[in-house]
Amino acid sequence: MTDSKIIYLDNNATTKVDEKVVEVMLPYFCEKYGNPSSMYKLGDNNLKAIKEAREKMKDFFGAKASKEIFFTASGSESANMAIRGVLSADKSKNHIITTKVEHPCVLNVYKQLEKDGYNVTYVGVNSDGELNKEELYQAVNEKTALVSCMYANNETGVIFPVEEIAEKVKSLNKDTKVYVDAVQAAGKIKLDVKDTQIDLMGISGHKFHAPKGIGALYVKSSTLITPLIIGGHQENGKRAGTENVPYIVGMAKAAELASENLEYESTEIKRLRDKLETGLLSKIYNARLNSSANNRVPNTTNIGFEYVEGELILLNMNDYGICASSGSACTSGSLDPSHVLKAMGVPFTALHGSIRFSLSRFTTEDEIDYTLEKMPAIIEKVTSISPYQKELNELKKRKGLI
Amino acid sequence: MWDYSEKVIDHYKNPRNVGSIDNADAVGEAGSISCGDMLKLYLKIDKNGIITDAKFQTFGCGSAVASSSILTEMVIGKHIDEARKITNKDIVDALGGLPPEKMHCSVMGHEALEAAIADYYDEEITIKDDEDIVCNCFHISKTFLENEIKNNGLKTVEDVINYTKAGGACGRCQGKIKEILNSVNNNQVNIEKKLTKTQLIIKINNIIEKYISPELRKDGGDIELIDVEDNKIKVKLSGKCQMCNRSQITLTHFVEATLKEHIDNNIEIIQV
Repeated sequence: MTDSKIIYLDNNATTKVDEKVVEVMLPYFCEKYGNPSSMYKLGDNNLKAIKEAREKMKDFFGAKASKEIFFTASGSESANMAIRGVLSADKSKNHIITTKVEHPCVLNVYKQLEKDGYNVTYVGVNSDGELNKEELYQAVNEKTALVSCMYANNETGVIFPVEEIAEKVKSLNKDTKVYVDAVQAAGKIKLDVKDTQIDLMGISGHKFHAPKGIGALYVKSSTLITPLIIGGHQENGKRAGTENVPYIVGMAKAAELASENLEYESTEIKRLRDKLETGLLSKIYNARLNSSANNRVPNTTNIGFEYVEGELILLNMNDYGICASSGSACTSGSLDPSHVLKAMGVPFTALHGSIRFSLSRFTTEDEIDYTLEKMPAIIEKVTSISPYQKELNELKKRKGLI
Repeated sequence: MWDYSEKVIDHYKNPRNVGSIDNADAVGEAGSISCGDMLKLYLKIDKNGIITDAKFQTFGCGSAVASSSILTEMVIGKHIDEARKITNKDIVDALGGLPPEKMHCSVMGHEALEAAIADYYDEEITIKDDEDIVCNCFHISKTFLENEIKNNGLKTVEDVINYTKAGGACGRCQGKIKEILNSVNNNQVNIEKKLTKTQLIIKINNIIEKYISPELRKDGGDIELIDVEDNKIKVKLSGKCQMCNRSQITLTHFVEATLKEHIDNNIEIIQV
């Protein structure tokens, strides 16, 4: 690396744990280590800690009661617990509706359920990555057990109108359950489930400055789920296993901090994101904004660099300590490029060279300026290797540069 | 991150011989932008057939750039007929290895070199006949796959994906790839030729007893071999399996798959 600094612009992948979060977690390792189910103070204090944490998570979700909150180990577990839990509780229907752009941890559950005999409808998006709502509504029928729609897309940041969708779906079939994967929305926009028709909502702590290995699931009190993990009585019998007290306490603190920072998120982080976005688009002629939707989470932008490949861009960015992700096939180990960008119809000239930048409240203006200073040279370097010089020249001409 | 060798890192960071050659004596292309990588190789060849200069342009990941870059170094100074002997394995070795998933980058280098040499000799490059295409996602022909399987000693579908990309996107052609692997590697067991009917029945019964029945009995069912006719294996489900509405799934996903794995891919299970 030519420089030892790290510019972390990959906060949709994971985030730095806030030091204030670590601080509240530490006592629960060596001092307050009791089992919450034990009959003495050392354990009982932990039971109280979990109760408080559940209360804070209730506020974070905007739920009615803390008993609607269940702690899990990850966003993937929340998704599995919700989807499989709700389907096992009512086996009378065999149809599921979801979107083409869900996170793989959700999509792969549906691929498995298809093998188990469920019919799954995958709803598409437009070229800005916005959901084709009408397509979704038309798919609802009397056999529809579940509608599953993400709150915000991890690659583009586009927010889906989940409250409106839940309302409409229930008007079409009141027995259909609605699951919302809110992993990328939590901590970026305000969650407020109480007056909605959403039955289940899953989140993951490490996307909002809690550690990895902790998540939560909201289940509306009237919604029945069958537990995935059977054993003890923990989590009201819905998720056995001794509670991960330090992480539960940590996530609750992270949620509290995230709520306090929502205003900052929608103003300052958005300003920095917009600065990065417009800067890259104006400085780099073969840059293309993959989604210009207005309704995006404030921290995310996805930019395609035409006629160059994403992994090569990331490797060169890494030399300057700039961290981001790519929708390129080469970075994932699979040979297929991003299913999200493909569903949006991003042209293949930009598909493999798409980079997602995602900011957090720890991102500074200096870091954005540094990125804007380095990116043009990085892209120029990788573009100079491209065999598509003729096409690149035409692009330059179209933009009036030559 | 990928576990790239020092050499790979050096070559993608400081690629050698980037660019094009005006009036090149040979130009070879491999891959395409829709497939995710593409390489264009330019050669300058003197009257004695010696490659005096080589340049490349690549759309692709770090290992694709490194493969192209080192290839240009490998061919400069060589006689064209000598260069022709370079294989994708030579490229991988020169790079100090590539991660398995990235082997196709070396194959692309080799393909571009072959195309350039064919261009020099004005040879007809075998045009991929659409009939011959196995993998539609990456437009890869059967002939090409057969060669790569032979040259690199590929054994599994995963090997084929890593080296050629075929089967790596939608995965629909993986069955066909398996067949090609079997025929190239002569693994295909010809039921009629190699086993008598009695031998085959004994073999099937052994597999049923060892792998299939124990699983079905767990659910209160069982299976019985009734008859074998050519590649058709007739079986009867008993116990709870008989009434189970998922028995067809059990038959294809479990019984047939297990027998295919142990006997031959061409068998067919018929429930009687």
